[in-house]
Amino acid sequence: MTPTSTGNFTRALTFFAIGTVVGLALGILLHSLTSGGFDAATYFTDIPSWMLGFLLGTLGFFYGLLGYFGVVRGLVFQVIGTLAGIFLVSAIRAAMGLPFFDGRNFGFHEGAWVFGALVGAVAFLAGVGALTDWWKWALGEETHDHHEDIPGWRKYFGVSLDHKVIGIQYTITSLLLLSVGGLFALIFRTELAQSGLDIISLNFYNTLMSLHGIVMIVSILVGIAGVINYLVPLLIGASDMAFPRLNAFSFWVAVPAAVILLASLGLGGFDTGWTGYAPLATRAPIGIQMFYLGVWVAGWSSILGALNLVATVLRMRAKGMTAFRMPILVWASLATSIISLTATQLIGLSFQMSMFERLFGMPFFNVAKGGNPILFQHLFWFYSHPAVYVFVLPGLGVISELLPVFARKPLFGYKWVALSSIGIALVGFLVWAHHMFTSGMNEYLRVPFMYSTLLVAVPTGVKFFSWVATLWKGKIETPTPMLFVLGGIVVFLLGGLTGPPNATVSTDLHLHDTYFIVGHFHDTMFGGYIFPFFAAIYYWFPKATGKRLNETLGKWHFWLMTPSFIILTLYMMRVGLLGMRRRIADYDPMLGFDFSHLIMTIAAFGIALSVLVMFYNMYKTLKSGELATGNIWNSRSPEWQVPSPMPAHNYEKPFEVVGEPYDYGLPGSTYVKM
Amino acid sequence: MQNLRHYVVMAILVAIVAVLTYLGLDALELLPVAAAAQAGPIDWLFDLQVKLIAFFFALIIVPMVYSLVVFRRRKGETGDGEHIEGNTSLEVTWTFIPLVIVVILGYIGADNLAQIRRVDPQAEQIKVVGFQWGWRFEYPQGFVSNTLYLPVDKQVVLKMESSDVLHSFWVPEFRVKHDLVPGRVEDYRITPTLVGDYKVRCAEICGTSHAYMLADVKVVPQAEYDAWVSEQAVIAAAEAEAALANPDAGRGEKLYNEAGCKACHSLDGSQGVGPTWKGLWGSQVLLADGSSVLADEGYIIESIREPSAKVHQGFSPNAMPSFAYLKDGQIADLIEFIKTVK
Repeated sequence: MTPTSTGNFTRALTFFAIGTVVGLALGILLHSLTSGGFDAATYFTDIPSWMLGFLLGTLGFFYGLLGYFGVVRGLVFQVIGTLAGIFLVSAIRAAMGLPFFDGRNFGFHEGAWVFGALVGAVAFLAGVGALTDWWKWALGEETHDHHEDIPGWRKYFGVSLDHKVIGIQYTITSLLLLSVGGLFALIFRTELAQSGLDIISLNFYNTLMSLHGIVMIVSILVGIAGVINYLVPLLIGASDMAFPRLNAFSFWVAVPAAVILLASLGLGGFDTGWTGYAPLATRAPIGIQMFYLGVWVAGWSSILGALNLVATVLRMRAKGMTAFRMPILVWASLATSIISLTATQLIGLSFQMSMFERLFGMPFFNVAKGGNPILFQHLFWFYSHPAVYVFVLPGLGVISELLPVFARKPLFGYKWVALSSIGIALVGFLVWAHHMFTSGMNEYLRVPFMYSTLLVAVPTGVKFFSWVATLWKGKIETPTPMLFVLGGIVVFLLGGLTGPPNATVSTDLHLHDTYFIVGHFHDTMFGGYIFPFFAAIYYWFPKATGKRLNETLGKWHFWLMTPSFIILTLYMMRVGLLGMRRRIADYDPMLGFDFSHLIMTIAAFGIALSVLVMFYNMYKTLKSGELATGNIWNSRSPEWQVPSPMPAHNYEKPFEVVGEPYDYGLPGSTYVKM
Repeated sequence: MQNLRHYVVMAILVAIVAVLTYLGLDALELLPVAAAAQAGPIDWLFDLQVKLIAFFFALIIVPMVYSLVVFRRRKGETGDGEHIEGNTSLEVTWTFIPLVIVVILGYIGADNLAQIRRVDPQAEQIKVVGFQWGWRFEYPQGFVSNTLYLPVDKQVVLKMESSDVLHSFWVPEFRVKHDLVPGRVEDYRITPTLVGDYKVRCAEICGTSHAYMLADVKVVPQAEYDAWVSEQAVIAAAEAEAALANPDAGRGEKLYNEAGCKACHSLDGSQGVGPTWKGLWGSQVLLADGSSVLADEGYIIESIREPSAKVHQGFSPNAMPSFAYLKDGQIADLIEFIKTVK
């Protein structure tokens, strides 16, 4: 970092402090004005006021860092847009003689908040500049085909059309959300360290637990978008994604979505879990609307990003890159994008219906008025099960991509591995109702869904066997990225093997909605996403920055996180089998789970500490890291044949694919001719 | 020749690791005690799954760790590994064999499900109502209990209903779990086989106090069960008769604690999910539409039977389930009790 940016950083922290204090004070003032009377003791624990403080603090931070630019303009527009929407609806309600303000119930009417948040999201996009070029086109004005980015780090905080910048923007956003979601988990894990309700209230627990789920999911979606955006054009030799403006839009729409999601915390939260099942959801506080709307808005990011990726992969590959010469990560990205592009609409629809049930009294899921609560579950899981393959396929792609590099051997059975991703994606569409074996859906549906679910094990098994065979007779190196790849395989194996007991109906009747499930899916998410994502960060960080992350710190990160995580999930599964239900704020001391939960809490802090080590590593490397401009991993992949950091317009001249991607150990062969 | 040695060593290691993993997991006693006939097949299938887990765990981990040790890059070594692109017959093998296993497992799973769903047409019916946040068990002999008594070695069918949101009936020792869906009657068949005290806990997130939504389950010998049922039936009949003629605050308080009123309505003036009962009787209640109503007998009866007819200001409509099942005498008891909460 340059000296000026250090100065900026100090200013940013100062503004953050000022913003937080002002926001908190404003929140307390508003709250005491609307509900009458001031009681210091309750107001300093008032979550809405803290959320306002957090919002203004964040705004202050970015303003201190950047001035009135990019994301700052976006956030200011979002705040103004939200207020405008709220006032418009309130004015209409007032004009119609309807009640429009209730100091005890978050001030404005629910409809005003929802409409305001929606207007705020659109205003953010206008403010940040993600719509500017399209607006100009609509007016008949010309725009530049190529936008030159401003040099330095400021470009990451404003609209850029460069897929590499967008990829890094996604990745940073993902790491931020990962930290927020992780923080939520640490809070409620601390609560669970012993039985009894000790540090937070039941409702706050339920809200944190629900938000942990959805914030992590958005973090994963944003993280895979980061990996895909940064890498796929480089891997296929494209100068950018097919639709650069759509790409920028897809990223920036995720930012107001995240703001809206977190805003639910200030509006009473929600106690439904991330599944938001009706009819509990129709009774939840207003916070649930922010949850619905946040996911709904983030869905646009997924759908449009996936559309862009499919078009890019189908149309913009380098000369000679036939389907079966594509890098495996490209296959995986394609498979994942096919799911995102076609299934995300269903969760959007289910949430929109639930939103409308609350806002307009449309009783889609209300039995008393002819609705059906099970319908919600079908619509929800039709996306939300395939979504787990959206989360893990790119990660499994990263594993397949890196194994040959560090085993110095071709990927065993390339075509089988490539097609297994497509296989998982397609079978994944037919398994959703295995989340509903106990739900009271039609009984005869349970057996076919059991078969389809078990079928997923077959293509997944092909991946495992092929990975093991890739290692066989290699010359295996184990730098940090490879450690995370191997850790990913082991953890994903634990997640995979604990899947079939949930798939066979009768055993699932015991396991459903217990900590066994919690352990199982954390294994799949960490093995299929977190470990490979960290592997990708260690592996491609030099490509993006020209500097190599510190190996020693990387190994600390790995050897702290992996055992902690495995202990955490094994204990989760153990208590789950013995009777620990999911999503409970407190457990019966008679069950004898106190010690296990204490271990889990300590393990969770171990994971958090290891991630902090990674953040410190990134900071230290950027400041004074080892330069790495060449092909440091000795990879055959095209992006490593050019110097790091990657030049602004990728490859000076298009390359040609002249060989197989993973022919390590075949003397004289190359993958690409530059 | 060297290959053969690798394979033999690995095969032995896979066998050892698989057996040790299984024995280790088995020694842990993974499941709680089994207290129902339905738990038998489930535990058998679970054990089969644990065997498969142990085997496949060893099958992947052993060659992986073996490779990492034997084929690691040694200091000063250069060059790449052996150029092996793949092996189609191997790929076909490890696609086809898992496919066969999956189909067999599916068949076993379906058969297993059929075993635990065997219907005894003689099964006694007990109505189960789940509500935020408690359980109520209505026996055909005309009484209501907060503890689920079940006779041992006899199938019962629980007719499960929910008065508000989704809940899920789960006694870990019975294994089987099933959701309660508002507006529907869901059947849950169980044959307890082990006398003892258990707890039913709600397994589907149902709001604020989900963690505490539980009730006692007692599995008792048939004779004890019969005695308990007839005793409860007599008490209930007497109470119903007495209540109508002579409402009693003591019985009202018991009802307050057992029927679920307590979850939302405090007695000390603090506002919960619903308004407090303190000082309610005879007060002017402000309603959501701005009007007010006197808290008298008519208002309270209406609020119990049709909670959303008049909504207390500051509280949301539909928050309270209907308690229309309460008998006139019971409501009279409750009103007597409310009168005493000052």
